[in-house]
Amino acid sequence: MNFNFNKPQKDHYDVAIIGAGMSGMAAAIRLAHFGKEVCLLERHNVIGGLNSFYSIAGRKYDVGLHALTNYVEAGTKGTPIVKILRQLRISRDELDLNPQRFSKIAFPGINLKFGNNFQFLESEIDREFPDQADGFQKLLLRIYEWNDKEFDYPDVSAREIVAQCLSNPTLVDMLFCPLMFYGNARENDMEFGQFVILFKSLFFEGFARPFEGIRTMLRTVRKKLKKSGAEHCMKLGVKKIHVDSSRVESLELENGRTISADIVLSCAGWPETLKLCADIKFEEPDENIGRLSFTETINVLNCQPLELGIEDTIIFFNDSERFTFARPKNLVDAKSGVICMPNNYLYSDGRQLDEGFVRFTAQANFEKWNSLDDDSYQSEKNQWFDCIGESACKFLPVYSFSEIQKRTIATDMFTPKTVKKFTGRLDGAVYGSPLKTKAGKTHLENLYICGTDQGFLGIIGAMLSGITIANRYVLRD
Amino acid sequence: MTKDDIKSIVLKIIAEIAPDEDLTNIAPEVRLRDQLELDSMDFLDIVMELRKQYSIEVPEADYQELASLDSCANYLEPKFAALQGS
Repeated sequence: MNFNFNKPQKDHYDVAIIGAGMSGMAAAIRLAHFGKEVCLLERHNVIGGLNSFYSIAGRKYDVGLHALTNYVEAGTKGTPIVKILRQLRISRDELDLNPQRFSKIAFPGINLKFGNNFQFLESEIDREFPDQADGFQKLLLRIYEWNDKEFDYPDVSAREIVAQCLSNPTLVDMLFCPLMFYGNARENDMEFGQFVILFKSLFFEGFARPFEGIRTMLRTVRKKLKKSGAEHCMKLGVKKIHVDSSRVESLELENGRTISADIVLSCAGWPETLKLCADIKFEEPDENIGRLSFTETINVLNCQPLELGIEDTIIFFNDSERFTFARPKNLVDAKSGVICMPNNYLYSDGRQLDEGFVRFTAQANFEKWNSLDDDSYQSEKNQWFDCIGESACKFLPVYSFSEIQKRTIATDMFTPKTVKKFTGRLDGAVYGSPLKTKAGKTHLENLYICGTDQGFLGIIGAMLSGITIANRYVLRD
Repeated sequence: MTKDDIKSIVLKIIAEIAPDEDLTNIAPEVRLRDQLELDSMDFLDIVMELRKQYSIEVPEADYQELASLDSCANYLEPKFAALQGS
């Protein structure tokens, strides 16, 4: 491997940041803007971490971004998206946010549609579950009352609180389904605090997409990062965090260099960061490692999804009596999933993506995928590609998956193994550890966690996390 | 540096931090929080920008002194004066 020994330029920094994910970059921009000497270390040659893109045959595919959650119309104040724009001095126009058409939660025989206007979902629930209307208002009250500005909120079961408000198990599952798919790191249940954050970001706020997807976000953030003066080192991972009496003493880098910093922020994940610490004997499996991962298949079409009658932006589906969110017994659980049509956003100025895209996401078992040899890995991928498509197409206005396949000009698929390879997340756990640090603190005085494992979720949440941790532990000292 | 100069400095900083806010009719005696959508993160930024752009230090215990434009001017005037004197 070719290492650049001249990087980083200095031996000591005010702040070192592990990982150029969305939270690490947001923290770096803030800290450098206010004059801190910052070194951002990323072991891959691309930024974005869990939110990135790749190219095959000249075609660009997004990883992660189905939808940018937390969307509110220009002029709406006080929500997470406004906070990150202000804190990073990014103008809203740069993000080129185009709102969704509408999305739905589809269970056998029941649909709940929703859009970027919350009343739409309320009226859908009134229509499908008239006897649950009062209970739903009760749940909304619990959500309003929850103080998500608190750092150390108690770990209470969302299932328990929701059950105190709603008596219909199908409605309960229908509400949990999208929230879990879009950010829950825990099997079967979630912390009520996380439920509130996700409920607000999906239902009170909403979905949007930049015309060029995640690349627009990354370009905007990279430009700010450059301007901020933070030093960022690509293809330079941290090999070891050396510890001296409950403090990070130094960071040993993959190129053999060692640097030190007054404060270290890590967006590599909580267990992943602990694994780097020289004072901890980290053994897998560990209860902090998330068990949930996903596989995603992509069909590129020679037509717009609308031409096939598909009007929705995102469909969260479940084909069983009850919705299950847990590491599946098989390689994939194709009974539930998410269908995303990036074409179905209301792009401004009459723009539309040239090609059609349909993306299917389903829960998958990391351990099983990881244990396959190369040949079976390929054949399983092919088999599950069709299986997921067939299962999801029951919730699309097409006769069968073959109707999609007939219009398909390219396909791709990633598995939990791919996620682990490119993000470093143990077990390909996209949403990180089931236990969140919340306050961002670790067993070391000057080491903090930001991003997914601090407990804010989604792209906007991750950036807000980086900003919050930087403000709290570095700027407000 | 007059009090009016200081008020326009603070307004300029708020315009940088919150370009989405309308700053044309800010009453100097009324709390900024009551006229604008500013949260504690934004006030931290006002403090940080004062430090970055003018080397003015505002300790956390004094953040409340920045509540309105008038109180900003009263509180910051001696700090700016000390700076010019040095």
